Amino acid sequence: MAEPQPVLEMTGIVKEFPGVRALSGVDFRLFPGEIHALMGENGAGKSTLIKVLTGVHTLDGGTITLDGKPVRIGSPLQAQQAGISTVYQEVNLCPNLSVAENIFIGREPTRAGRIQWKRMRSEAAKLVDRLGLDVDVTAPLSAYPLAVQQLVAIVRSVGTGDSDGEGSGTKVLVLDEPTSSLDRDEVLELFRLMRQLRDEGVAILFVSHFLDQIYEVCDRMTVLRNGALVGEHMVRDLDQVGLIELMIGKALDQLEELHDQQLHADVGEPLLKAEGLGRTGGVAPFDLEIKKGEVVGLAGLLGSGRTELARLLFGADQPDSGKLTVGGEAVSMSAPNDAIGAGIAFCSENRKTEGLVPDLTVRENIILALQAARGWTRPIPASQRDELVAKYIAALDIRPANPEARVGQLSGGNQQKVLLARWLITQPKLLILDEPTRGIDIGAKTEIQKLVVSLSEDGMSVLYIAAELEEVLRLSHTIGVLRDRKLVAQLTNGPEITTSKILETIASGEHQ
Amino acid sequence: MSATTRTPTTPESRTTSTSARLLGDRRLPVLVTAGLFLVMYIAGLSRYQNYGFGEPQVFLNLFIDNSYLLVAAVGATFVIMSGGIDLSVGSVIGFTTMLTAWLVQDVGLPLLVVVPISLSVGAFGGFLMGYVIHNFEIQPFIVTLAGLFLFRGLCLVISKESIAISDSAVSSLAETRISLGVGDLSIGAVVALVVLGVAFYVLHYTRFGRRVYAIGGNEQSALLMGLPLGGTKIAVYTMSGFCSALAGLLFMLYIQSGDPLHAVGMELDAIAAVVIGGTLLTGGSGYVLGTLFGVLVLGLIKSIIQFEGTLSSWWTKIATGVLLCAFILVQRAMTARKAT
Repeated sequence: MAEPQPVLEMTGIVKEFPGVRALSGVDFRLFPGEIHALMGENGAGKSTLIKVLTGVHTLDGGTITLDGKPVRIGSPLQAQQAGISTVYQEVNLCPNLSVAENIFIGREPTRAGRIQWKRMRSEAAKLVDRLGLDVDVTAPLSAYPLAVQQLVAIVRSVGTGDSDGEGSGTKVLVLDEPTSSLDRDEVLELFRLMRQLRDEGVAILFVSHFLDQIYEVCDRMTVLRNGALVGEHMVRDLDQVGLIELMIGKALDQLEELHDQQLHADVGEPLLKAEGLGRTGGVAPFDLEIKKGEVVGLAGLLGSGRTELARLLFGADQPDSGKLTVGGEAVSMSAPNDAIGAGIAFCSENRKTEGLVPDLTVRENIILALQAARGWTRPIPASQRDELVAKYIAALDIRPANPEARVGQLSGGNQQKVLLARWLITQPKLLILDEPTRGIDIGAKTEIQKLVVSLSEDGMSVLYIAAELEEVLRLSHTIGVLRDRKLVAQLTNGPEITTSKILETIASGEHQ
Repeated sequence: MSATTRTPTTPESRTTSTSARLLGDRRLPVLVTAGLFLVMYIAGLSRYQNYGFGEPQVFLNLFIDNSYLLVAAVGATFVIMSGGIDLSVGSVIGFTTMLTAWLVQDVGLPLLVVVPISLSVGAFGGFLMGYVIHNFEIQPFIVTLAGLFLFRGLCLVISKESIAISDSAVSSLAETRISLGVGDLSIGAVVALVVLGVAFYVLHYTRFGRRVYAIGGNEQSALLMGLPLGGTKIAVYTMSGFCSALAGLLFMLYIQSGDPLHAVGMELDAIAAVVIGGTLLTGGSGYVLGTLFGVLVLGLIKSIIQFEGTLSSWWTKIATGVLLCAFILVQRAMTARKAT
C-alpha cells in the first residue's frame, strides 16, 4: 500500500534557548486520519517541538510544510489560521464565558458587526452534538469539571478555522498531555472523540506520559531523546519495553532491583514519633513512627488525607491534638521553620505554585532553603555556595547542568530535581516527598526512586507520598494506608504485600 | 474523588449545571446593587418626603449631577473588565477642562472645533498608556500612575489659575434642558446615557467586547486561543482615555470653568462605582449596567446627605468607603464559592 501524502512535514527543526539546544535537527511528519504519539522523556524536546509547531516559539532552523506548501508560523493565531489547533495540558479557555462563547470566541457569527447570539448558540449546540457530548452550551464553562472543559477545548479547536460552522477546518490537532488530570471514564470519552475526529480525516498529534494510553489509541509514534530524533515507528511494531529502551536509551530492570534492595534493607533507631497527632478538618489523630533510614510510604486515594498528614508533620498546618517528638525531643510545630530546625524537609506536590520560583536561576532555587535555615543575616560564601550547587547538580543529573539557567525553562522532571536538591542541601533527617514523580516521565521517575533508595541507605528517613501504588510498594519499608482522612493501617512491607493487598486495605478501611 | 466529579452523559449533569448557574449567576451582584439603590431610595422617600425628595426631578438630578462620573466609570468598566486599572481618569478629566477652557476662552476657537481636539487628546493619551502597557509588559497600575502625574502636571503648564468660561455657546449648551414631561435632563446626562447604551452594545454584541471579557477571564488562555491581545488592550485604554476626555467635557459644561485641580481623585470614584456595580476587580466578570447603578448609588448617598442638611459632606466618603468594603467582601465570597 502506498503511503499517502503527509499533511504536515517538519524537517531539520532547530530550536535554541540561552545555553540550551532544545531541538537539533528533528524531522517529524504527520498523516491525515492518524493518531500519532510524540514520545520522549521530559526534556527530550516534545514540548518545544509542539510549541514550535503551534507558533508559541519561533524556530531557529528547519522548515515546516503543510499540505506540501512551506509555511511560516509566527503566532498561535497564525497556526490556527493555517489549520493547526492545540489543546494544552492546562485548559486554556476562559472559565467566565459560556461554553458556546469559548467554542466561538474570535470568530463569532456576526451580521454587520453584531454578534448573532442565537446562531452562535445553535451552531455550538450542533457541533457539540455531532461530537457526541452532552453539554449545555449556554452554561458558563466554570460550571463544568476540568474533563468536560478539556473536551470543550477540543470542540473549539475542531471548529477553529471554519468560517461557516460546517465541517472541520482543522487539519492538525495537537493534544499536549490532555489526560494527565482525567480519570478512566473521562479518558475513554476523550479517546472516543479522538477516534471520531481521526475517522473524519483529522491528523492528531498526541502526547501522554501514560504508555498504556499510547498503545490504546495511537497508530504511529515518533520518539525523541535529548532534542534529537530517535525514530518513527508504527505502534503495533514496537512493544512497550522496546519503546522505553528507545526513550531512555537503556534497559529498565533497575526498578525491580530497587524493590529487592528495599525489602532486604535494615532500618535503625526511631527518629520521629507522632502520638495522637491530628487536626480537625485535616486528619484524624494518628500514631506514626519513622525510624532512621526508613522509607514510610503513604497510600490512599486522592483526598484521603495524605498531604494533610505530611503538612502536620512539617508544621504547615497546626495540629489541635497530640504531640510530636523528633530524636526523642518534643517539638512544637507551630511553623515550618520549627520543622526545618528539627531536620524535616518537605517537597510539596505543587512544585510550580508552592515550591520553585520559576524566574530565579537553578542556583538561587537550590540555595533558598539552606539560606533560610542559616538566617538571612549570614550569607553563604560564594565559593562554598557554588561548590554545593555544582555537587547537587551533578549528583541529581539536573539538565541542563547550568546553574544560571532559569528554572522556569527546565522540564518538569528537572524542576523536580531542583526542588529535591534544595532540600537535600540542608541535609535533613526526614525528607517528606509529596507526589515527587507526578507529571514527569519514566526516566526521571526511575532516577528519583533510585535516589530515595540511596538516601535511605545513607540513613535519611523518607516519607513518600505517591498516587502510584507500585512506587509506594517498591520503595517503602512501611506502608501507611489512609482512607477518609484517617490512618487506617500500617503494613510492614514484605513479599506478601502486593498492590491488590493495599487496595483491599483502602477499600475495607481496616487493619488486617 | 475524581471518579465522581463528572458524568456528562447522565441527566444529572444538566441539573447540576443549572443549579450551579443559579448560585453563581453573574448577574447577582448587579441585582444586589440595584436592590440597594431601591432600598436607599425608598428610605430617602420615607424620611424626606416633606422636603420634596419624591419629586421626579430629584431622581433625574442624579443623572445630571453625575453625568461626568458615569462616563468616566463606563470607561473604567472596560479597563477593569479586561483585568487592568486606569488611574489617570481624574487627571485626564482635569486636563480636559483646562484644555477646553483655554482653547475656548484664551485662544478663541469655536466649541465645535475644541470638542474633537479634546477628545482626540484624551484618546491619544489612553492609546499611549495602552501601548506602553502592552509592548513593554508593564503593570497598568504604574503606567497609568505615570499618566496621572503627567496630565495633572500638564494642567499647570496651561495655567496655574482656574479659567472661567464665558463663551455663549458653552453656557447655552450647559443650560439646555431636554424635557421628559415629569422633569428635565441636561445635555450631559443624555450624552452619558448614550455612552452607556453604546458601551452595553459593544460589550455584548461585538467581538471586541467579548474579547475584553475573555482577556479579563484569563489573559494567557485568550492569547493561546488566538485572540489579538495587544490590539484589544490598547483599544481598551484608548477607550478609557476617550471616555475620560468626554467626562472632562461634561464636567466643564457642568462647572463652566477649567481648573488645574478639577476632578482630583475622581478615578477612585469611578473605580468605586465600577466595583459597587458588581464588576470583579480581577476582570472578566461584570456588566456596564451595574456601573450605572454603582454611580447612582454614589449619587444617591450625596443627595441624601444634602437632604439631611446637618451632615458634613465628608460622610459621602465614609459611606462610599463602607459600601466599597462590603462589596469587595461580597465579591470575595462569590469567587471563593466558584473556586470550590
